[in-house]
Amino acid sequence: MADHRIIVAAALDGAGWHPAAWREPSSQPDRLYSPDYWLDRVREAEEGGLDFVTFEDNFALQSSDRRGPDTATDEVRGRLDARLIASRVAPVTDHIGLIPVVNTTLTEPFHVSKAIATLDFTSSGRAGVQARVASRAEEYSHIGRHDAPTVDSSSSGPAELSVTEVGAKFEQAAEEVDAIRRLWDSWEDDAEIRDVATDRFIDADKLHTIDFEASTFSIRGPSITPRSPQGQPVVAALAHAGTPYRFAARATDLVFVTPTADNAAEILSAVRTAEAEVRREGDELKVIADLVVLLDASDSNGTEVGGADPNSTGPDESAAVRLERLDSLGRPLAEATEARIVVGSASEVADVVEELAAAGYDGVRLRPGVLTDDLPLIANQLAPELRDRGLTRSTYPQDASLRELVGLPAAPPSRYAGETGQNSPAPASAL
Amino acid sequence: MTDPNKKQIILAAYVGGVNEHTLWEAPGAGSQIEFDTFRHVAQTAERGKFDYFFLAEGLAVRQHGDDFFDHDIVGRPDTLPVLASIAAVTEHIGLVGTINSTFNEPFELAREFASLDHLSGGRAGWNVVTSFDAFTGANFRKGGYLDRDQRYQRAEETVRTVKELWDSWPEDAIVADKASGTFIRDASVGAFEHHGQQFDISGRFTVPRSPQGRPVIVQAGVSPDGRNFAAANADLIFSPFRDREAAAAFHADINKRVVKWGRQRGDVKIVPSVNFVLADSTAEAREKEAEIRQQTFTPKTVRVLAEQIWNRDLSDFDLESEIPPVEPDLESGRFVNGRTYHTDRNTDVAQLREYSQAHGGLGLRDVFIATRGRSDFVGTPAEVAQALDDFVQEDASDGFVVGNSVVPSGLDEFVDSVVPLLQERGSLREDYDGTTLRSNLGIPVPERGSTTPAIYA
Ligand SMILES: Cc1cc2nc3c(=O)[nH]c(=O)nc-3n(C[C@H](O)[C@H](O)[C@H](O)COP(=O)(O)O)c2cc1C
Repeated sequence: MADHRIIVAAALDGAGWHPAAWREPSSQPDRLYSPDYWLDRVREAEEGGLDFVTFEDNFALQSSDRRGPDTATDEVRGRLDARLIASRVAPVTDHIGLIPVVNTTLTEPFHVSKAIATLDFTSSGRAGVQARVASRAEEYSHIGRHDAPTVDSSSSGPAELSVTEVGAKFEQAAEEVDAIRRLWDSWEDDAEIRDVATDRFIDADKLHTIDFEASTFSIRGPSITPRSPQGQPVVAALAHAGTPYRFAARATDLVFVTPTADNAAEILSAVRTAEAEVRREGDELKVIADLVVLLDASDSNGTEVGGADPNSTGPDESAAVRLERLDSLGRPLAEATEARIVVGSASEVADVVEELAAAGYDGVRLRPGVLTDDLPLIANQLAPELRDRGLTRSTYPQDASLRELVGLPAAPPSRYAGETGQNSPAPASAL
Repeated sequence: MTDPNKKQIILAAYVGGVNEHTLWEAPGAGSQIEFDTFRHVAQTAERGKFDYFFLAEGLAVRQHGDDFFDHDIVGRPDTLPVLASIAAVTEHIGLVGTINSTFNEPFELAREFASLDHLSGGRAGWNVVTSFDAFTGANFRKGGYLDRDQRYQRAEETVRTVKELWDSWPEDAIVADKASGTFIRDASVGAFEHHGQQFDISGRFTVPRSPQGRPVIVQAGVSPDGRNFAAANADLIFSPFRDREAAAAFHADINKRVVKWGRQRGDVKIVPSVNFVLADSTAEAREKEAEIRQQTFTPKTVRVLAEQIWNRDLSDFDLESEIPPVEPDLESGRFVNGRTYHTDRNTDVAQLREYSQAHGGLGLRDVFIATRGRSDFVGTPAEVAQALDDFVQEDASDGFVVGNSVVPSGLDEFVDSVVPLLQERGSLREDYDGTTLRSNLGIPVPERGSTTPAIYA
């Protein structure tokens, strides 16, 4: 019934998006730093036919306080580098896209570009990156760079970056992503020729310096890593307001937004306005709604369905009761997330997804409340429901790249193709 | 059987590509970028019970004059993502990555190596290199040119800071007790503070203590500062000294420094980078080796090597028939960029001329063929096994980083024919004893909070 296919993804983080998720019987809190834990989660998502998973990351330790570190001891703390988790699962998964969060403010664009290009090689074209602007003061104090913005002295307690400073960081982020993309283009597709007759491993005319002059930095290039299978891996960002929307409109392919039950249309139109403001060219942003989901462990007929851990809290506990129980253990979910929380049966959640699709959204990114319960439920109940409603494809297309899975043109040519010699960058437009 | 009276040979496998020793022209030469190549070499090395799989790093496409290198292998994947992917298809072999200390921050390095250590079950190692040139720096926002004498000061403070970060989570920091709701033992877990000459950082580290506590530290660099840095801070040295005499002198020199910095002789293992050529007979192996040298020194390779020494454009000279009758340019900036060069240009040119004159006026190409790029271990598998074993037992090194001229299949014959002979000699394990890189190397996990001596007080 829906007139177009939508993107369905899952956001992976720790034991799940509920602060008490790690305390559930199914949870494996002592395995959160082990490779098999992550591989199991990604394979579950792949069994559900999801388009991609994202891996959260942050240079600051998790905190219940947006302004700085907290003193909580009852929530998950500590994470592994998301790029490396994605790389660890890449050769042992087959279809699903892998999008790690990378702090693009504090990581050199050259490093980001080659890490994601390499993930694209080891995953055979399934790589992406969620560009994250460093917005917490600790992220800067951990790196200790001289270019860290000064912090807002008016806020009491631990430091929070002021709005203007974060705005400047978004401006810079657009340039950083631009640099990363140029580095991806700095080798043309067929640069490696291995021509024994002329003793040339590469055709040097197909490598290009990018000579990128941004407002606060410059990068010469070319990349050390050749052009990857997708050419341009998929770039995403999470955005909640005008400045980040404009950043996404300038720099990314996908944007994750957080509409409530009431403002989905408004947010979508704010994104479209941002695209017009920055004069985005080429494909429209794919706008993806983030939803935190807790699913009933039984289908609408009340029969138990597979997927949830058998030691879990039982088939008769509804998602709503489960949420209430988890909320009572400590910080409630509503305080821990900015995204809409959707609780109910697979068909109720599918209704919400369908409404978003009807409102013009390109897809949803589901943040499982409890990874070890809700991700299997997404894969085994929600995903089939969405397929039955014609919202998603029935199987992975053979050898599809992530670009293809999310509906972007496959393998775009390098912007430098055909040019020889120095390339001067286009002037960066303001946010 | 391993023989308790013999030193155990450390073996690492190296995917070539940095220099002319890898013959991309060879039939059967595979991709230098596809994951299958790296998987093949790592799995082959694991079959041979190697200690670790090793990747070098380059952060700029090399140039001579204004031209990109095109005669040699160009391009490589990113070190740590490849190692994390290799962790998925291997079980025991260590994973050592070369990462520059000038163009990375301690917090990033600590996060990445601790993450790799978790994701590989304790198999991570870091080869600390210190390239610091402006040519490479142009690829980075921060630039990154360092004074030559500052590179190891930064490297040392980097390694010290990284170790502080690795130590910031106690082993028992994660309680994860569902019933009581205690996830971490206390709210200061991961707290760190480092106020030094190079870095002024503080906060809470984000990666829990990894299986090895501290991933293994490897160093590559031969200047006096580099040697002191390694003697004080490293577990292992990747050495360029492959000639028996030079290697033995280096081994002795390092061990003297190790003792001087308050550590025990043997605390720092030394593994030179070596190549091998195998055949059924000695004569055949020698012939093969000579052929490889002929193939290695293509006209372009000769020219770029010469331009690196002379530091100038040499396209006007016939390097087949002469030694360029010009003096090296000592004034200008580097003509060849992206490659290390640490000897004296005048001395190098004088030696080439001398050799040419002593051999009837050989052209430069023939001098290179005669004097450079020799494979180190050439012969039958039995001869090579014996030579490798003697090299280690006589303290010229503690093992080898084994490269090969044909990627990725070249290591196969070494593992099939030489490894069993080393095992028979009692110098190489028949199976892995543990699951971590430290257990492969027999290097204990350092106590949390223990410090290494500072060479720059
Ligand atoms: C055996 C060996 C291998 C090296 N491998 C690399 C490498 O992969 N990447 C790199 O940037 N530098 C590499 N280097 C360069 C050194 O780290 C260092 O930058 C250079 O040798 C200068 O240090 P030194 O003056 O102490 O020799 C290597 C050096 C040696 C001796």
